[in-house]
Amino acid sequence: MNNMQLTGKTAVITGSGRGLGKAIALRLAQMGANIVLNDIEASDSIDATADEFRSAGYNVAVTKGDVRSFDDAKSMVKVAVDTFGSVDILVNNAGITKDKPMLMMSEEEWDLVLDINLKGAFICTKAAGKQMIKQKKGKIVNIASVAGQYGNSGQANYSASKAGLIGLTKTTAKELASRGITCNAVAPGLIQSKMTEVLPEDVKQNYLKNIALGRFGTPEDVANVVAFLASSDSDYVTGQVIDIDGGLVM
Amino acid sequence: MVLEKVKKIIAEQLGVEEEEVAMESSFIDDLGADSLDLVELIMALEEEFDIEIPDSEAEKITTVGDAVDYIKNNT
Repeated sequence: MNNMQLTGKTAVITGSGRGLGKAIALRLAQMGANIVLNDIEASDSIDATADEFRSAGYNVAVTKGDVRSFDDAKSMVKVAVDTFGSVDILVNNAGITKDKPMLMMSEEEWDLVLDINLKGAFICTKAAGKQMIKQKKGKIVNIASVAGQYGNSGQANYSASKAGLIGLTKTTAKELASRGITCNAVAPGLIQSKMTEVLPEDVKQNYLKNIALGRFGTPEDVANVVAFLASSDSDYVTGQVIDIDGGLVM
Repeated sequence: MVLEKVKKIIAEQLGVEEEEVAMESSFIDDLGADSLDLVELIMALEEEFDIEIPDSEAEKITTVGDAVDYIKNNT
C-alpha cells in the first residue's frame, strides 16, 4: 500500500484511547489520515494517546462520548466535520467482553455487551453514514471477531454481538453502496491485548496449538488489514469479513 | 416563501426541474427519489430551515406538500 495514500482523509475510530483502536488509529495516521480519537469520558488513556499523536506530528481531534448515545455519536461526527471537513473512514472498534458460561450469564451482562458492541456500531454508522452519503464516498470498517464467525464457549453475549455486527456490515454494504460507500468487517482471532491478557494460561496454550502460524496476532496485524479496507485499494470490496487469525480457522 | 425554498432544495437534491415539483408530487413515485435521496433531502431541509426533523416525523414526509406543511408548522 502506498504509504501516504490517506492524506487529506479523515478517520473516526471508536474506542481508540488504547489497545486495538489506538493501533488502528496510529496506522491510519501513519498513512496520512486526520484522526478523530473517541473513547468514553472515563477513559484514562485517550488524552495521553492524543498527546502522543500530536507530538508525532499527526492531525488529531478528540471526542469523548459513549457509542450507545445517539447524541454523542452525532457530536463525534460534528467534531470530525468541523475540524477536518469530512468523515471518510469510520472504524467501529469500541467493544467489551463480559465472559461467562451462558447458563450463568445475567441479563445485564448480555445487554451491556450487545449495547456497546452491536447497537453502538449501528448508532455510529447511522451518524457517520449521513455525512458519507452527502460526500458520496466513505469507508466503514467493523471490528468483528472469530467468536462471531464460529462461536466461542463463555462468550454467548460477545459472539452474538460480533455475529450481529457481521449482519450489520452486510446490510450497510448493500444500503449504502449506491453512494460509493463500502462497509467491511475484520474478524480478529487471538490478538495480544488487554482483552486476551486475562485468559488463563492453559486456554492460551490450547489456542496456540490450533493457530497455524504458531503465534498470537498483534494489534498491528489487525491494523494493517483495517488500513487496506479503509483505503482505495479495497474500492471493489464490500460486505466482506476478513479473518485475521493466523489460520486458526480455515 | 417556504414553498419556493423547498422546491429549490428538492430540485437540487433530486436533480429535477423546479417546474416538475408540485405540492402533490411524491418524492419516490413522481420525482424518482430513492430512500437515501429522502435522507439527504431531509438533512438539506433541516439545514436550510434550521430545524431538526425526528426520524418518526421524517418517514411521514412523502410528498412535497408534506414537507412544506411540516416546515410551516415547525418554524
